[in-house]
Amino acid sequence: MLDKEEREQGWVLINLSEEYKRMGLPNNYWQLSDVNREYRVCDSYPTELYVPKSATAHIIVGSSKFRSRRRFPVLSYYYKDNHASICRSSQPLSGFSARCLEDEQMLQAIRKANPGSDFVYVVDTRPKLNAMANRAAGKGYENEDNYSNIKFQFIGIENIHVMRNSLQKMLEVCELKSPSMSDFLWGLENSGWLRHIKAIMDAGIFIAKAVSEEGASVLVHCSDGWDRTAQVCSVASLLLDPHYRTLKGFMVLIEKDWISFGHKFNHRYGNLDGDPKEISPVIDQFIECVWQLMEQFPCAFEFNERFLIHIQHHIYSCQFGNFLCNSQKERRELKIQERTYSLWAHLWKNRTDYLNPLFRADHSQTQGTLHLPTTPCNFMYKFWSGMYNRFEKGMQPRQSVTDYLMAVKEETQQLEEELEDLEERLEKIQKVQLNCTKVKSKQSEPSKHSGFSASDNSIANTPQDYSGNMKSFPSRSPSQGDEDSALILTQDNLKSSDPDLSANSDQESGVEDLSCRSPSGGEHAPSEDSGKDRDSDEAVFLTA
Amino acid sequence: MEFAELIKTPRVDNVVLHRPFYPAVEGTLCLTGHHLILSSRQDNTEELWLLHSNIDAIDKRFVGSLGTIIIKCKDFRIIQLDIPGMEECLNIASSIEALSTLDSITLMYPFFYRPMFEVIEDGWHSFLPEQEFELYSSATSEWRLSYVNKEFAVCPSYPPIVIVPKSIDDEALRKVATFRHGGRFPVLSYYHQKNGMVIMRSGQPLTGTNGRRCKEDEKLINATLRVGKRGYVIDTRSLNVAQQARAKGGGFEQEAHYPQWRRIHKSIERYHILQESLIKLVEACNDQTHNMDRWLSKLEASNWLTHIKEILTTACLAAQCIDREGASVLIHGTEGTDSTLQVTSLAQIILEPRSRTIRGFEALIEREWLQAGHPFQQRCAQSAYCNTKQKWEAPVFLLFLDCVWQILRQFPCSFEFNENFLIMLFEHAYASQFGTFLGNSESERCKLKLQQKTMSLWSWVNQPSELSKYTNPLFEANNLVIWPSVAPQSLPLWEGIFLRWNRSSKYLDEAYEEMVNIIEYNKELQAKVNILRRQLAELETEDGMQESP
Repeated sequence: MLDKEEREQGWVLINLSEEYKRMGLPNNYWQLSDVNREYRVCDSYPTELYVPKSATAHIIVGSSKFRSRRRFPVLSYYYKDNHASICRSSQPLSGFSARCLEDEQMLQAIRKANPGSDFVYVVDTRPKLNAMANRAAGKGYENEDNYSNIKFQFIGIENIHVMRNSLQKMLEVCELKSPSMSDFLWGLENSGWLRHIKAIMDAGIFIAKAVSEEGASVLVHCSDGWDRTAQVCSVASLLLDPHYRTLKGFMVLIEKDWISFGHKFNHRYGNLDGDPKEISPVIDQFIECVWQLMEQFPCAFEFNERFLIHIQHHIYSCQFGNFLCNSQKERRELKIQERTYSLWAHLWKNRTDYLNPLFRADHSQTQGTLHLPTTPCNFMYKFWSGMYNRFEKGMQPRQSVTDYLMAVKEETQQLEEELEDLEERLEKIQKVQLNCTKVKSKQSEPSKHSGFSASDNSIANTPQDYSGNMKSFPSRSPSQGDEDSALILTQDNLKSSDPDLSANSDQESGVEDLSCRSPSGGEHAPSEDSGKDRDSDEAVFLTA
Repeated sequence: MEFAELIKTPRVDNVVLHRPFYPAVEGTLCLTGHHLILSSRQDNTEELWLLHSNIDAIDKRFVGSLGTIIIKCKDFRIIQLDIPGMEECLNIASSIEALSTLDSITLMYPFFYRPMFEVIEDGWHSFLPEQEFELYSSATSEWRLSYVNKEFAVCPSYPPIVIVPKSIDDEALRKVATFRHGGRFPVLSYYHQKNGMVIMRSGQPLTGTNGRRCKEDEKLINATLRVGKRGYVIDTRSLNVAQQARAKGGGFEQEAHYPQWRRIHKSIERYHILQESLIKLVEACNDQTHNMDRWLSKLEASNWLTHIKEILTTACLAAQCIDREGASVLIHGTEGTDSTLQVTSLAQIILEPRSRTIRGFEALIEREWLQAGHPFQQRCAQSAYCNTKQKWEAPVFLLFLDCVWQILRQFPCSFEFNENFLIMLFEHAYASQFGTFLGNSESERCKLKLQQKTMSLWSWVNQPSELSKYTNPLFEANNLVIWPSVAPQSLPLWEGIFLRWNRSSKYLDEAYEEMVNIIEYNKELQAKVNILRRQLAELETEDGMQESP
């Protein structure tokens, strides 16, 4: 029973209705539509959808008939500050000349929902050639002449087959046995992987800028609107909204743009035996985009690299229910929530492992839109060895700054608690002593009493004997600090019943932990890992 | 010669300075004997002070009467000055050209620089060879200081004092010197306290085509072996190159004559190949137009990271011989002044915790680069924008610093210094107000009387206020040998130096600051808690005493 409760609670941790509320919806321009209840209009969309207020059910249904897989334009992200929005859909079934009044009205409605701008960007994330080829099959892209007040833009992100091959090539490079630097760099270049990452980032940056700087709404689509569209919408949202750069916000982002909008997890990640041509590292690329951003904005994200790697791992692991099936409809039919656990709850429970120590909610990098340099620098995008060589521990930095800083912060927190506790106890003892002296020698002065009662000022009111210490502490060097703690430790050892001792030994082991965290040569702590590392390194030097 | 003669126009108004990531600054340009100064004469904008010796190359172009000078610096920065008036512009350009290529060392800025700070410790005496030797002498009696090179007569590129095996007398050293390139007889570079193994370095043996040998040389290097032990000779050249060297009178240790030594050939590239590599790399970094693929192929084509990998691999190999195989090592290439020093110094970074501290690293540079006769003056005369293809320039020292950065990146908590320390050393090696990196050897530095006439870089750096900029907040003394990975995936481009002027480092700087804050706050709390604990302990004992009767 407890299990069941825990499972249910896990599934309500991330709540999309609340997320739309957080965006500021519904409002005068956007409303929740029930047109897709029971998945009547589009079976790969969720039931909960936000559409412009002026888009009637007639317009929606008409538009859906003019879009691949009936994925009509709906809201993905609403930017409160200026009413601009990011909408998503699939390609229009325009062929060479077809048009659809309702679809045109739908785009009008999106434009009208943003009083600050007189046009809407339509971003087709495919290469122009691919989009044109689709016209022969009765699909294609929006004709600017038919839609009033749109600005149409191609951003060439390659299709899932190109991406699959690209990853394959890059992984082959990663698996080379002692490659030369040239082998590696050539292989990385030939894989085209970083070029594709850049293309996705460029699209996200374009949209984020359109929304935040031009105040224009954007409609994004590719072919079906569930791969490149998901990548680009989520990158843009992440750039725009600091909430998505927090632990919970990131879960929400994946839940919204990927899971609810019918990204085909089963097909893309080969969860079931299926068509190998459907497999493609689409969300992997999004996750890498986030890592690339983390490298450039080290204080902007609440989570760390490990968080991304674990999410990526579980997308393939099928251990949790979140990434099963291809759509919300399928998940409901299979009663996934009643039969599996949610990854989000698991990650949330262990969230201390995933925190970025450099994140501070009040830091300037944490606020507002992330501004990438206006001139595109290609060298910004780097090979992610933490992901693609994650099992070769020897290739990773041997000492983790993140872990080190987390340990320091943890210790800091303990120290804060201890400090408070010590201050309290000091105050108590001083009171008792004062009382004693009052009783014994009857020399107490009332003014002193009032001083001790102010707990905040206990430091300032310490007896004269110790004030020398107080004066010296700000200029104290850390090594002196260490001497001090050693001194205290021996004193405490004499009084083993003192609860202070436990606090002290905790701290000592904390320090030891830190040094254990640096598995450099492992001379005095020959852990298996470091031993292995060394051996493999030696092999490398000898063969090289 | 008077500098005034070279300065045709000392001052121009309304000059506009353009730098990446900064707004343009309009102001007055002044030329002095050693500096180019641009000042907006407003309180809030910083002035630009550029050492002429930092200028690597200049370009000029004209649009109407507006002239533009593009200044390319040895630290890879590129700045642009818009100068109204064609004549002024031409004058400024030719003055800069003349002042940045002075032909006499004694005209360089270090001879004119007067420090504005109080010298607490004279850096010229911070790292004396005798003191360095004392660190070893408690552990071993197998080595001695030799003054055989006191007048620089035996080896012009060696310092007056070297460490050699105790059993070899000065007379033998003189003989060995005639058998080694440039007179660079084998000397001690590093003594591994853990097992008594050593790294020695030298120039190549002058065997020539007819296989000349030198009994004293064999005796010298065998004297470093324990009974029944073998050693390794690491030749930093490929076998092919080493064989070719015989035709020019050089060569390598033949097995027949050195039966106790196993020879390993590596191939670390030399001068112009390294210089070309640097030029290509910096060109790629400055090119903003190419797409992602072109960037990677240009990075690859520069071969810079290939050199890094090769140098690090060789250093790891040397360290491995010492620490894992328990065998001593002799390292040399041709002259023994470039790749040899890269390997011996990096091996020490890997093996010896002291060389990862600030003082220890300074001592390492003093010992293994300056005293050991790396020709800084020649190697650092020009940098990535040089177009005069001289034979002697090469970023040998920069490659070493890059390798150190690679290890630092892999072991971020094991170094007392941070990346800025390495960048600072790079800058001063190429252009400086201090005399430390002037000259090509100790003998040249002696002749120039640098100790009397110039200030040492270490005098300035080792002030507490300067040191704090270079101290790594993550440092935790680590007494272990640190083995870096040399896989290509583990060796990225050193952005802090090569992309320094091409990207904004604002967010990275903020992150560094945040890191410092976290650690400082922790230390502060630690100190407070310690004080309170002590107070409490004392009070409680008092308490106990009061209660006990």
